Amino acid sequence: MITAPALMLADAHVGDEIAPLSYEVTATTVVLGALASRDWRPMHHDHDFAVNRNGTRDIFLNTPNQAAWFERYVTDWTGPAGRLGRMKFRMKGSVFPGDTMVLSGVVEGVDTDTTGCGWITLLVTLTVDGETKTDCSVRVAVPTLPGDNPWSRRRDRWQP
Amino acid sequence: MTSADGAAPSADAVTGVAEGAMDMAEGLPDDVAALIGGVQYEAVGEFPVERGYVWTSCSSVENGNPLFWDDDVADELTGGAVAPPTMLSVWFRPHHWAPGRKEEALPLQVHFDLKTRFELPEAIMSDNTIVFHEPVRPGDVLRTRQILRSVSEPKTTKLGTGRFWVIDVEYHNQRDELVGVESYTGFGYRRNER
Repeated sequence: MITAPALMLADAHVGDEIAPLSYEVTATTVVLGALASRDWRPMHHDHDFAVNRNGTRDIFLNTPNQAAWFERYVTDWTGPAGRLGRMKFRMKGSVFPGDTMVLSGVVEGVDTDTTGCGWITLLVTLTVDGETKTDCSVRVAVPTLPGDNPWSRRRDRWQP
Repeated sequence: MTSADGAAPSADAVTGVAEGAMDMAEGLPDDVAALIGGVQYEAVGEFPVERGYVWTSCSSVENGNPLFWDDDVADELTGGAVAPPTMLSVWFRPHHWAPGRKEEALPLQVHFDLKTRFELPEAIMSDNTIVFHEPVRPGDVLRTRQILRSVSEPKTTKLGTGRFWVIDVEYHNQRDELVGVESYTGFGYRRNER
């Protein structure tokens, strides 16, 4: 019996928009995210390297940390029963200290696979000042009925 | 040192050419063609999956998902603690330093090999797909292996002239269960002269 709050498959409809998440990025955000993902490369902590070697205006968020932001955004919406199946990123620009990044999402698909697993497909977009920096397509499994638990699925019953 | 990175400095410059750029190149050098589809760089993680990093990662993005903070919720939903799925690559990034290490250890070595092979000093990652399979749990010791899927013919973008390539990284746990697959699309290039 699942007692934690959960989004159910029937709660999602194509075209639904997820409430945006706005976050003011600082140098600490970038460095903390890089170190939390064990990414020691200097463009994520060394301003001089980022500017003079990479030609960017500052250090910038690394990809694994962006993935963590997308996961947080999606599971804030689904609740802990939501289980990620697949993520696909397309990076179009970088996110720097001083940026206010906004994550927003829209439901693009709702379906049930042959094993009975309920899936929601989302397009999550990270923007800064209205400009898209990263698009992320996310496939997340959610319960189809009370008591259903995507995390209990193993092997052939999990088809991400 | 390299400028290769998933959060590309100006990846918009390659967007639009990435689609369709992954067609296998004809006339690829034999030594590179021989690598397509082969397993390279099988390795075991330098340390077991552990909760300290889970909490540090969640903290870095203010992720309050009780699955990672509340043992009762984890027991109920996942039969015990699990790591956030998006931390998959974290467990394989090498220490910045380790005793006896003579050279810098690099994640995704195939990517750097290709840069060297084609003499392309710069690189970015334009696309990244992650497929999550069995949950990763504290105490797991993961194995990884890299598989080169394709290399394009030479392409010119706003960034420069170079080649696209697709590399898969497969992750298994100590029970030989597949826990995830990452696919990276990289673009190694030489800057255009201005």
